[in-house]
Order: sequence, then C-alpha cells, then structure tokens
Amino acid sequence: AMEGGPGARIREGDCAVLKRDEVFKAVSVLRRRKIIFEKQWFYLDNAIGHIYGTTFEVTSGGNLQPKQEVEETTTETKEAGTDNRNIVDDGKSQKLTHDDIKALKDKGIKGQEIVQQLIENSTTFRDKTEFAQDKYIKKKKKKYEAVITIVKPSTRILSTMYYAREPGKINHLRYDTLAQMLTLGNIHAGTKMIVMETCAGLVLGAVMERMGGYGSIIQMYPGGGPVRAATSCFGFPKPFFDNLHEFPLSKVQSLLSGTFSTETLPADPEENALVEEESNGLSEEKQSSLQETEEEPATEAPMEINPTEEQDTMDINAEDVEFKENKEKENKENVREKQIKQWERRKKLKEAAALLREKNADGLIVASKFHPTPLLLSLLEFVAPSRPFVVYCQYKEPLLECYTKLRERGGVINLKLSETWLRNYQVLPDRSHPKLTMSGGGGYLLSGITVVLEKGKSDSSNSEALKVEEPSSKRCKLQDLPC
Amino acid sequence: MSFVEYGDTIKDGDTAIVFLGHESMFPVKVQHGSVTQTKYGVIRHSTDLIGKKYGSKVTCSKGGWVFILHPTPELWTMNLPHRTQILYSTDISIITMMLELKPGSIVCESGTGSGSLSHALIRTVAPSGHLYTVEFHQQRAEKAREEFREHGVEHLVTVTNQDVCKNGFGVSNIADAVFLDIPSPWEAIGHAKSALKAEGGRICSFSPCIEQVQRTCLAMEEYGFTEINTLEILLRVYNVRTVSLPIPDLGKAAEDNSSPGFDSSNPSHQGSSCANLQQGTVQFKSGVPLREVVGHTGYLTFATKS
Repeated sequence: AMEGGPGARIREGDCAVLKRDEVFKAVSVLRRRKIIFEKQWFYLDNAIGHIYGTTFEVTSGGNLQPKQEVEETTTETKEAGTDNRNIVDDGKSQKLTHDDIKALKDKGIKGQEIVQQLIENSTTFRDKTEFAQDKYIKKKKKKYEAVITIVKPSTRILSTMYYAREPGKINHLRYDTLAQMLTLGNIHAGTKMIVMETCAGLVLGAVMERMGGYGSIIQMYPGGGPVRAATSCFGFPKPFFDNLHEFPLSKVQSLLSGTFSTETLPADPEENALVEEESNGLSEEKQSSLQETEEEPATEAPMEINPTEEQDTMDINAEDVEFKENKEKENKENVREKQIKQWERRKKLKEAAALLREKNADGLIVASKFHPTPLLLSLLEFVAPSRPFVVYCQYKEPLLECYTKLRERGGVINLKLSETWLRNYQVLPDRSHPKLTMSGGGGYLLSGITVVLEKGKSDSSNSEALKVEEPSSKRCKLQDLPC
Repeated sequence: MSFVEYGDTIKDGDTAIVFLGHESMFPVKVQHGSVTQTKYGVIRHSTDLIGKKYGSKVTCSKGGWVFILHPTPELWTMNLPHRTQILYSTDISIITMMLELKPGSIVCESGTGSGSLSHALIRTVAPSGHLYTVEFHQQRAEKAREEFREHGVEHLVTVTNQDVCKNGFGVSNIADAVFLDIPSPWEAIGHAKSALKAEGGRICSFSPCIEQVQRTCLAMEEYGFTEINTLEILLRVYNVRTVSLPIPDLGKAAEDNSSPGFDSSNPSHQGSSCANLQQGTVQFKSGVPLREVVGHTGYLTFATKS
C-alpha cells in the first residue's frame, strides 16, 4: 500500500541507501553503528526521523547534520580568461599546502569555505575560462564539500547500486535491462508470476515492487534455499511476503512427471549457503562474494540454527540432576521445534507445488547464472497460454541455443533476442555531450509469448516455426538460413 | 479481460490481438456477429473467438490459421492506431523504472497523444493508483477516453483537454511522478512542480532535440529540481540465424597431402562450428543484427523534486 502525505521518514531498522553524486551504498539504519562511506566515517543516529531525500553534512564528531540551503553567488561577473594557451601546469599554482588545508579542516572550517580559500590561493584561477572555472569549482566541491543524501530504496536505486558495486552478484544485469524485463514481462498487480533468479534477490524485489503486494509469486531456487539479500533491502511491508512462495528446482522434474513427493526435502539452507557462495558467479567474480562484509545490510533472515548437534558435545558430567533434566527437556523442545519447522516446510512445499500444478502462471522471469535452455523448457510448462516470458543471460550464445530449442518445442511466438544500449549525457549550456557509453556489458534478453501447445503434431509445429520466422527475403545473403 | 487484468477466455467486447506470423498482428474488437478479414480468410467472432481460450489457434475460412492473444500494453503499443508519433516499449520501460512507478502511484502525463505510454502507466499503477493525462487536442483527448473505456481501465485514468503549459495537470501536491512529452517542456516545469507531492516526486521529460533538453534542464534547475540526469536508450534486436561461410581453396603444398590449419575435409575437425564436408562450408549459429535499426527516439531527462 502506498504511503501518502509528506515523504516517508527514516526509521531505525530501515534499509536505507546512502548517496553521494553517483555513488550508492545500502546500509541498515542502526544507532551507534559506525558507517564508512566515500572515505567518511559517521553515525546515522541523527538521521533518524528525517524525511528520505534529506541531504546531510558530516560534522567533525562523525554526526550527520542536515545541510543548510545556501545561496549560490552566481550573479557577479567573475574575471576569466579566454583559453588555456598561457596556462602552464607546473603543479605550483595552488599556494595552500596539504598541511594548510589539513589545518583548515581541523579547525572545523566548512567545506564551502575551504573551496573559497583554494580559489583565492590559486594563481591560475582567474586566467581559466569560465567553463574551466566551473569545472574546477565542481571538482573541489566534490572533494571538500562532502554531502550525503539518504534515499529510500527502490528498484531504480538498488539496481543502479548493485550494477555499480557488485555486478558479479547479479550476473552483470544492467538496470536498463532489468527495466525491460519488468515491462516485457507485463509485471503488474494481481498476477501469478514465476521467478527464477540468482541475482541476490534483486530481480525478485523488482518484481515484488511492481506487483505491489497483489497477486502471488513462486520463486524457483537452486540448492537449499533462495537468496534474498537484496529483497530485504526494498523494505516491503510484511503482507507482501504472504503470497511469496518458493519451490526447489530439484523437484521440478518430479512435479512435471507426476512423481512429486515431499518425503525428501532439499537440504537445510544453512548447509547449502556455503555452496551457494562458492558457485555464485564466474571465477573472475569470486572476489566480489568475499567483499561482502560491509556491502550487505545486516537484515537477512538468520539461518536455521541446529541446536541438537551442539547438545551432543555438551559436558553431561554435571552433578546437578535437575540441570540434566532441564537439558533433556530442552532437547525434546528443540527436536519438537525442528519437527514443527519441517512440517511447516513440507506444508509450504505442497502449497507451492499445488500452485505450479495448475499450470496457469501469468508469466515467467528468468535471470540466473544457469544455462537458460533447461530452465525455459521446463518452467514454461507451468505458464498459461498467451502470457509473456523473459529470460536474461549475461551472454548471447546460450540464448541463441535457447531460441532454437524453443522453436523446436513450439508453443511460443514473437520470440525476440535483444539488448539495450544506454548512454548518459552531460547537459550544460554550450557544453552538452554524451558522458559515457555503456554499450555491451548489460546482458541480453530473450522474450516471447506462450500459445496453446499442440503436442504430437510435428508438422503443425514445423509450419508454426516457418510462420513465425522472418521470411528469407531477397535481401538476405545466400548463406543465411533460418534456424 | 482488461488491460490491467488477465482473463482466460475471449469475451464479447474484448480487445484481442490477432497474430498472423512474424511481426504481423493487429487488434480486433470482439463482437457477436462480427467478422474479421485476414489474408488467411475470414474469422467469425461468434464461432471462432467468443468462448475460446486466449492463446488458441484459430483456423480461418481459407484454411490458414492465426493465434488470438490477450492484449497487453506492449502489444497495444505495437498495434495501436497512430494519431501522433508514439513512445515504444524500450523508452517506456526505462521511464517506468526511473520514475519509480508501482501499484498505487499517482502519475501525471502530457501529452496523451495516441495513448501508448498511457496504457503502460495505467497498467503499472493499477489497481490503487491513478493517471492524470492532459491533451490539448480535443479529438485526441476524446479518442483516448474512448479507448480507455473499451479497454476496461477508465476508472484508473482522467483525461483533461487543456494546455498543460498554461493550465497544468489539474491536480496539486499529490503526484508521485510527472511525465512530459511536449514541444516546449520548459514551459510546463513549474506546473509539474506544483502537481508533484511535497518531497521526493520524480519528473521525466522526453525530447527529440538536444536544444529542447538544454532549455528543460535549465528550467528544472531554476525550479529547484535535483538529481537532473539525461540519457538515451536504444534497442538492439538480433535475428537468430544459421550462417554458412564457404572455406577458401588455398590449394595444397606440393607433395604433402595434409595441409595445416583449417581443413574442412578433415573428418576429425573439432570445434563449435560444424563443417559441411560436401560443400566446403562451415556452419554456425549467430545473432545477426537487423538491417535497419532505430538510431534515435529522444532524450530522456529525469530529476527529483526536493
């Protein structure tokens, strides 16, 4: 449900995102917890109660203080040069030394004032062109006027953050590619979606945001349990999770063949967490999972603790019989707790299986490290006809194969293999130009729409394949053959 | 069916999409007694459509067949009747995400145009949000209202026929997001600001020309917007094709029968490509770019109201 009225306020326990220029970092809002961000140390305590979007300055004590609105003195016509033909960069134009600047900082002089001092003590400043002066001021401000904005997490913020900080965790899924997936998949309130992702729960969170708590989601997961580190960052209200189900990939085949049972549950999440970490991402990205210490907010649900094992190694030489009896009682309670938990897991698994068996999901979203073909071929079975599906892959080639296999299978139309190219711009009077290109590196998408699958009619699926292919027109090279 | 809720079977009054084949489809208004002509023959709504499951194959009178699809804003965008140049799903996707739209959001839009973006916005903010869309052309405004009614979404949208630059969006201090696709967006920035909620609202302006973007960015700055950022997004589509390349005849060394390097006549040749021994060609699968691609639609400028 939407929050109306004035902006949401920062509360203790929230997952908030710190922002400075284009750099983001997700943190848990906890009192007396030291935060490092952009070479600055501070506590978030003073931020609690302020509206999200507020910009703060870091005081010398490591506390946050809302930044005062300052009037920019832009009306004065500054002295400036016309070009840089006579400006020699000998590194000596700034008269203030490192020590001088440090002294100013130690005195508690505000960043704004330091920048002013630097300008006044620069011999070349007034010879620079106006543009160069602007650039110089911007650069010094960036360095000395450290302001931090605390923003509310959203798909926009988190997908940008993850792509910049930990792309390996999300299979290099660039935020514009994620945006395409959400639209191509027609993700909206009231649908029943199947999501399979190994992107730390970012894609799941994005889907949940666009569903607004309406409808249901079945998350398919490899190994022992789904990773939802990023999902918890969104700060969804608890009811959003009521209709979030999960189902293990390892049970998909049995479900499809009708031999599904809950007798053998997938292994404990705790045991498999290690396996997940190791196999997450490619070899060159392994480093990113090790960097995890500060990046992840500490809001992930605690792993299931297994107390009975710990009991075995306890010293039962205690003379106190009562103590022993209490321990036995505790053992029994723990075993009972474990049984209840297992029973609950079985129940949830049966529920998820029942939802899947209906084979009427409204869409399928796949974004994982796995080869997409086996996932698509199996998971599409659970999707109703005339519904969209989108699969992301970091690489193009597996999607070429997936495309071909889907054509052979039939029951899909409007297959499209695509990628998006994104370019940011600097827009300033007389200084507008593209900033940087991010072509390539954003990943690829294969999307399509399901149709009623006619099994056992090989000739009709062939003609279907021919019908949906682009005709080999006279414009095509002789060597090109439709797949 | 509606554009914001899936239905299973085709009903009288639905808008359905008839899919004929590769990138060939058109929308159809399902009505008892109606008949639709296609190149495969005639489709009789009463017998061929109504009551059938969406996604079904329908055989037409001449024997050819089509698929009937449930409408989505994306399919609508590809098939709607153009009254103006429209926004396509690539731009719509990034706009939706960057404006942080979701169920319950209140959005303002101008101009409504042909309703391409409008349908996508309505879909995203449903069932608890609302779209206030402003169109200064009277017939276009009316046509938009009609379409929203036919598509079952009229309760989620208010169409106002006025000039947004003069009279704004008709609401104040409630919008989570504002979108502008008009010739002079800088003239509407002030109105956009007053329509937006007090803090944290998002704005987006779409302009084909960089000069428009420059003026808009200045206006945004003047009105105190922050996080001003301009970008453009382009779609690259690939056709999946099996490609055959001939192997050049480099002749043979004088007496030596085995030539080094690439030899298509060597049966033990390994690798990802499969050699065609007969014709001296190598086959491989490729994602081939389209011949004609969209090079530019417009620049998107986003900002936050602080």
